Amino acid sequence: MARRIWDHPILDFERGEPLKLIFEGREITAYPGESVAAALVAEGVDILGWSKLRGRPRGFFCGIGKCSSCLMVVDGIPNTRTCVTPVSPGMRVSRQRGPPPIPDVVPEFDLEREEVDLAILGGGPAGLSAAIAAADLGASVLLVDENFRPGGQLIKQTHKFFGSRENYAGVRGIEIARRLLSEVGGLGARWVLRSSAVADYPTGSGHRIVVRRPGGATLVDARAVIVGTGASENMLAFPNNDLPGVYGAGGLQTLMNVFGVLPGERALVIGAGNVGLIVAYQLLQAGARVEAVVEIMPRIGGYFVHAAKIRRMGVPILLRHTISRVLGRERVEGAEVVAVDDSWRAVEGSERTFDVDMVVLAVGLTPSVRIPAQAGADMIYVPQLGGHVPVHTPRLLTTLDGMYVAGDSSGIEEATTAMLEGRIAGAAAASDLGYAPDRAERVISEAQRQLESFRSGPFSSRVLEGKEMVWEKAREVIG
Amino acid sequence: MSEPGVMPEDVLGGLLPPDRAAERHPVAVIECHEEIPCDTCRWVCPVGAVIKPSITTPPRVDWDRCTGCGTCLMSCPGLAIFMVRLRGEWADVYVPYEFSPLPRRGEVVAALDRMGEKIAEAEVVLSVRSRDGTGMVAVRVPREAAHVVRAVRAGGSR
Repeated sequence: MARRIWDHPILDFERGEPLKLIFEGREITAYPGESVAAALVAEGVDILGWSKLRGRPRGFFCGIGKCSSCLMVVDGIPNTRTCVTPVSPGMRVSRQRGPPPIPDVVPEFDLEREEVDLAILGGGPAGLSAAIAAADLGASVLLVDENFRPGGQLIKQTHKFFGSRENYAGVRGIEIARRLLSEVGGLGARWVLRSSAVADYPTGSGHRIVVRRPGGATLVDARAVIVGTGASENMLAFPNNDLPGVYGAGGLQTLMNVFGVLPGERALVIGAGNVGLIVAYQLLQAGARVEAVVEIMPRIGGYFVHAAKIRRMGVPILLRHTISRVLGRERVEGAEVVAVDDSWRAVEGSERTFDVDMVVLAVGLTPSVRIPAQAGADMIYVPQLGGHVPVHTPRLLTTLDGMYVAGDSSGIEEATTAMLEGRIAGAAAASDLGYAPDRAERVISEAQRQLESFRSGPFSSRVLEGKEMVWEKAREVIG
Repeated sequence: MSEPGVMPEDVLGGLLPPDRAAERHPVAVIECHEEIPCDTCRWVCPVGAVIKPSITTPPRVDWDRCTGCGTCLMSCPGLAIFMVRLRGEWADVYVPYEFSPLPRRGEVVAALDRMGEKIAEAEVVLSVRSRDGTGMVAVRVPREAAHVVRAVRAGGSR
């Protein structure tokens, strides 16, 4: 199964010496730095398990530890998220059927404690920028991230960013990640990788955060916390939407652009927002065919220039169309698309079948806000921002003392605004803790100015509408 | 209704260079008409030929200043900048290229229009790749295709 990409116009996949996993008794080739799920998909294993009740096949979907579609038994431990677990030689991996077996090994568990000025949950564009701003002002910083490769979604963004010169315009996301990570390292911020913040308890003088990590847990006592936990991909309801071969757009980007794995030959992309248009282009770069991009609205939601890039390579964009079902039993073997009328009903007789082995969903994101919700921050439902978000001020302070939010977890937007929000939140947290307040306030007002300029066009009007609602609520609650 | 992802004719008319400018040397053609927050083309231009009063104002080219250096073409995050040089019966069309492998000078490729339809077989007259991976490929096409051809496809791939 030749699914690994070796020749790519933008990326160099420097793979080390291959190693072997033991997958249900047979050897599987993997490369250092791959996730278990990516290695299995690369070797042609599309079914990573079966659903508990109806035994339906489950495959790779989100690739960042959020969707539970890739839970497997790894070295005797069930329910392991294989998409955020790195491979190691001789690792034993098997699929789960029905309720997972109770492990016959007792996992090691130790409890550690950490004290820090500022804990940052999520090492993506928001969290990294927050860490740089806060550490630069003198605060000690601890970054927590679920993945074993930090950088959030930047590490799969092979396209160059829009924006202004001071905010990495014209630089690819992968390169921005490199620069931010090196800056964070230079400022002495500490990392806890492969670890999930599972609870936050406000203590009055700060936050006690429970972090689950390999081999145990860490109790982090932080004077302040920034939530930069990003978002999860939206699902769309249609028959067979759970079959392996239906990927979240971000999940497919992870496979293609982080691990260099192209799991099929022909794709159908659902959604013509920027994410859908970009992933379609990246599929072409990876060597796949894109049969069509399908969009239910009467116009594309993303930028014209992103649409033009794929259109001139011959990819059709079907407006007022949607996916009606996926064909196949064990994995995607095709997809049916229908036209919709003015009331969004399928037009009879308009069904078209596409011979595809990948269906890529780019139908929006939902903010990941479990931690602020659990900790007791006021939440507000804002459709323009993708769902529930913590109420927050323009300084990104939530209704909880010492808890800030930035990036997609404060409302779905994009990576440049996430970096700017992160900078504001990081500087605000440092300032509120008493670190170089004068300098911090200058950082904040400059970042706010840049944010305002970036959001000045028509593409940001919906987001701004949502942010206004959030800020107004914050004024009522916080004053 | 216009075709999604294809520049409407009425907008395109206002973006194209006058023949006299494109006859001297290549000039940039920026097919970017939406108010998106980006001004990379403005600040990378070494001669100040891109007019963009604010970050969300669509760019315009000052044809008298543009030298056809190709910097903006290879920098534009939207891959929305092309160059055109008119040469009598022929025209050289320069397009950004981010696929692998990069077609080589002398190679014959398919010249495509804005919908990916093949307009002509065309010879590659220039081919470079920048350090960040974006290539620039120029193909020689009949003059009437100067503002029709906007992509190339190397032999074999779709």
